[in-house]
Amino acid sequence: MLKYIIRRLVMLIPVLLGVSILTFSLVHLIPGDPAKSMLGEKATETQLELLREEMGLNDPYIVQYGNFIGKILQGDLGESIQSKEDIAVEIAQKLPATIELTIFAMILAMVIGILAGVIAAVKQYSWFDNVSMTGALFGVSLPIFWLGLMMIWVFAVELKILPPSGRLASTVELETITNFYLLDSILSGNWGAFKDAFFHLLMPGLALGTIPMAVIARMTRSSMLEVMGQDYIRTAAAKGLKKQLIIFQHALKNAFLPVLTIIGLQFGFLLGGAVLTETIFSWPGIGRYVYQAVLARDYQIVQSTILIIATIFVLVNLLTDILYKYFDPRIKYE
Amino acid sequence: MKKRYLLMFITFLFMVALVLSGCTDDAGSGSDGASDDANAEDQGQADEDEQADEGSDDGNTLIFGRGNDSLQLDPAAVTDGESIYVTNQIYDTLVQYEEEGTNVKPSLATDWEVSDNKLTWTFQLRDDVKFHDGTDFNAEAVVYNFERWTTSAEFTYYGAMFRATDDNPKGIIENVEATDEYEVQFTLSEPNAPFLNTLAMAAFGIASPESIEKHGEDFFKNPVGTGPFIFEEWVPDDSITLTKNEDYFGEAAKVDEVIFRTIPDNGARFMELQAGSIDIMNGLNPQDIQNVESDENLQAIYRPSMNVGYMAFNTDKEGPMSEKLVRQAINLAIDKDELLKLYEGIGKPATNPIPPSMWGHNDDIEDYGYDPEEAKSLLSQAGYGDGMDLVLHTFSNPRDYMPQPKVTAQAIQEMLKDVNINVEIIENDWDTHTSGEDMSYDMKFLGWIGDNGDPDNFLYYLLDKDNATPDAGNTAMYKSNEVHDLLIEAQSEPDQDKRTELYMEAQEIIHEDAPWLPIAHTTPPLAANKNVKNYVPHPTGSEPFNLIEIEK
Amino acid sequence: MSLQPDSTPDTDTGTFNNQEHPKTNNLFKESFLRILKSKTSVIGLCIIIILLLTALLAPLIATHSPTDQSIVNRYQPPSVDHWLGTDELGRDIFSRIVFGTRISIQIGVIAVGISMIVGVTLGSIAGYFGRWIDMIIMRVIDIMLAFPSVLLAIALVTILGPSLRNAMIAVGIVGVPQFARLVRSSVLSVKETEYIEASKAIGARNLRTLFGHILPNCLAPIIVQMTLGIGTAILDAAGLSFLGLGAQPPTPEWGAMLSDGRAALQNAPWVVAFPGVAIFLFVLGFNLFGDGLRDALDPKLKD
Repeated sequence: MLKYIIRRLVMLIPVLLGVSILTFSLVHLIPGDPAKSMLGEKATETQLELLREEMGLNDPYIVQYGNFIGKILQGDLGESIQSKEDIAVEIAQKLPATIELTIFAMILAMVIGILAGVIAAVKQYSWFDNVSMTGALFGVSLPIFWLGLMMIWVFAVELKILPPSGRLASTVELETITNFYLLDSILSGNWGAFKDAFFHLLMPGLALGTIPMAVIARMTRSSMLEVMGQDYIRTAAAKGLKKQLIIFQHALKNAFLPVLTIIGLQFGFLLGGAVLTETIFSWPGIGRYVYQAVLARDYQIVQSTILIIATIFVLVNLLTDILYKYFDPRIKYE
Repeated sequence: MKKRYLLMFITFLFMVALVLSGCTDDAGSGSDGASDDANAEDQGQADEDEQADEGSDDGNTLIFGRGNDSLQLDPAAVTDGESIYVTNQIYDTLVQYEEEGTNVKPSLATDWEVSDNKLTWTFQLRDDVKFHDGTDFNAEAVVYNFERWTTSAEFTYYGAMFRATDDNPKGIIENVEATDEYEVQFTLSEPNAPFLNTLAMAAFGIASPESIEKHGEDFFKNPVGTGPFIFEEWVPDDSITLTKNEDYFGEAAKVDEVIFRTIPDNGARFMELQAGSIDIMNGLNPQDIQNVESDENLQAIYRPSMNVGYMAFNTDKEGPMSEKLVRQAINLAIDKDELLKLYEGIGKPATNPIPPSMWGHNDDIEDYGYDPEEAKSLLSQAGYGDGMDLVLHTFSNPRDYMPQPKVTAQAIQEMLKDVNINVEIIENDWDTHTSGEDMSYDMKFLGWIGDNGDPDNFLYYLLDKDNATPDAGNTAMYKSNEVHDLLIEAQSEPDQDKRTELYMEAQEIIHEDAPWLPIAHTTPPLAANKNVKNYVPHPTGSEPFNLIEIEK
Repeated sequence: MSLQPDSTPDTDTGTFNNQEHPKTNNLFKESFLRILKSKTSVIGLCIIIILLLTALLAPLIATHSPTDQSIVNRYQPPSVDHWLGTDELGRDIFSRIVFGTRISIQIGVIAVGISMIVGVTLGSIAGYFGRWIDMIIMRVIDIMLAFPSVLLAIALVTILGPSLRNAMIAVGIVGVPQFARLVRSSVLSVKETEYIEASKAIGARNLRTLFGHILPNCLAPIIVQMTLGIGTAILDAAGLSFLGLGAQPPTPEWGAMLSDGRAALQNAPWVVAFPGVAIFLFVLGFNLFGDGLRDALDPKLKD
């Protein structure tokens, strides 16, 4: 097992190197002059040229890439062109917001998705099966930005029961320790803040989690059906084992494996979808951060953030692969 | 059974919600920690330590919602309004604008005089002012700041206003000297009529030399000035907190704390205001004005107009746009009254580049008016009767002088269709739009917010041939020698009446040459809770908050 | 903006198949009957047909011009004259949605076309030739898959510049890995079968073997992927337009319409609501049909 993990980690190196080359090249093809966006509309040409030189924008491509990688290996993600903030610090500050949102969305998706999938499989062709699977089909067809706006309209504008945006109301004070607000409010015993943070999470979490929820529900159902059709489950049933026991102890355990890979992949969807969701809900995470950087041509932020997100995604997939192997030792990897 | 699982889960969710909301109800009667609710303020003192100062916050903190975070809290290094909004609270300038309008009055300087040749300006400074770090404000501090601004191209406004370049980093300010502990003298290389007004711009706020030395490159995150509020904390993209300066030399602030909150989306920000989690906001969507007016808890506050939104014609580009007749025809083909409906009441149709509220505005010029037939005949005179294809560049985010750029572009596209002109709209974000790299446009949306209340700040920067380069202000690339001579003469002419005449004449030529379609001067709306009193918006775009009160 | 109703994916591949493999034609007929048996896929097919007809007959169905504006009449709620209300420029939302169907079909077909052509080419080359070619192609694919797709699409559009065409290209490129992987694994499994070995043995050239024998046998999963891919492509492209990186005005693209209506969410929610419903129906149609198609064509999931 350890050998396997190590080998997989080593295999990550070329992928991550490729990711960094691709990110760097993509970002360098972006039109626009970063020096200009830094100095603003009233700058003169000489001022701009000086700054370009200072920032190394006039160096050849290879040199710029070398510098980029060299710095990243030292944990230096560069400086924002606009705000001059240390990007590593900014990402560290914003990443918890995105992780909190994606994990919350993922938990919603998994709990509801797996539950619905199992029930639908157990009661195949029942009304619940029909309704939940139709719902799942609807779910994968929904544009999440539209869903988000509709939720804002219904719950924030019309019913006024949920906050329209942000992570915490301006009037609520919370001592930030980890920047995961739910965790922070628990740690500091601040239940008012916990409630507020939870309510702020509901709409964006649901908007973001809808598609994974639908995908997981469908996947769970079909793999449950497959497993339940197999001999040993039939045998168990024939032997008179309790139905719940069969479902949870045997069927679900085996059906969970394919679902696990889906969850890894869906995490990538969540990270991408975070751009839209965070934009709509003014969520101060890295999705919105990278989108604003794209609009502002802050290519330094764009490349560092995309690289970080891709790395996270790669690691999550590795993690699910390892879990997969852990849960199912039958599977062998060359 | 399957129903049971689902029900169990839903019940669980509801219970969590119920328990959570239960917490707040308890707070009213017990000593639980949830003092954030307004009605729990009497319990505030009994709360746990981290809530200690929160009870008092409720009434006396002003929360200002806006669309973007500040870039840097060093006013000389930025041009974005959101940075200036905050630095206005932290710093003072030598002289300041009056509360309403752009006449100057004393601030850090109590008195000033100018030599007869208009080259030497001497300022008497206050002797009772301390920076927030405790050091003394004096003439040396002023000299230090001005010398600092000549050291780097980063200090954009210094370069733009005093014409500093790399070869001449000082620009027209030849020398700044401390002639006494509290007296400072400026020597100019040529007379500059707007000089005093320029010094009142927020960009020239005086910072503490000691703190600049101490923080070096990080000074912009640790701003120290003399203003009515002291910098406290900056959480990037989220909030900036300032606290009251008890020792302010002017009128001390009425609120204890100001929090600037970044909420990017205009609609979301407005919902926060409706929900009461912010007190005041800028960047209100024009569509939401009616909602403010009809809400008994809210008020709309209109900023006096000192801006212009326009569509520049690329007069330098070969083809139709170089023809005066075509440019006039487009002016005639736009139904400005119809167009202005998109401004939902906050825009007045523009005739000239400078706003009517500013001195020097030529009221005698009559707008082209809406006459598509005349437009068509001008077009056929110019040889474009069969129609043509034009490219219009616009930008994505609303700006004060153009609250709906995308929609306005589409309206113009449709109106020009009637005179056989096909418009292709290209939308870019603001930085790309203003970068000047893509000169392929025939027409381009832009606007200008006055910096110092002087017509020179509009006409010279936006329409003089000196600035007709891709990255300067003259987007129309309009090169008129006549206009240039008039504007240069006006720059060094000290007498305002004579300057007025020169500007009047320049506007007539500009109107005839039609390098722009002037669209609107707006009164950008802010929306605030009704209990916010004495918010007096300044035409330059931001104002100190020391007079604002929050009524309980 | 033109629509090419005669180049929908099924008919295309169907004829391609006809020429060389009369046998699979029967398989298609059989599959088609099986699709008709499934309720959901019939619903999906109906939605698709209705959308195609709407696109085709847009000028007849629309009650107004999709671009005619009347600023005085902006933000009118749904009424007899304007069935779905009017937008920020007083344009008729119903008519814009009707004409938007053309745009969406175009996006779906072109984006998926790009994914399919590039993906199938890469995947079959990788699978057929194996060794270092396979190694290189699949590493590139792995690297692409390391990016969340929306993020990669945003990055691509940022480079290419925001426009409907570039959004289609970006969404198309992002979809390449799915096809490449799918085709590669199909090719790998078909390659080892006896009759391919046989055709190689009698000296058939590489390209002929690949296009003549191997690819037709991978058709079923490709078609399923294409149908489902259209839904995803529409969602992604609408997302890009929503962020201002896709269709430009006055193109009645649904994502862009939705985004433009955002400013008036409080006063005129219909401007946001209806284009979203249109996107949803469109995607749902292709998902339902694609699902049915998969069940019908994929023998593994037959029962």
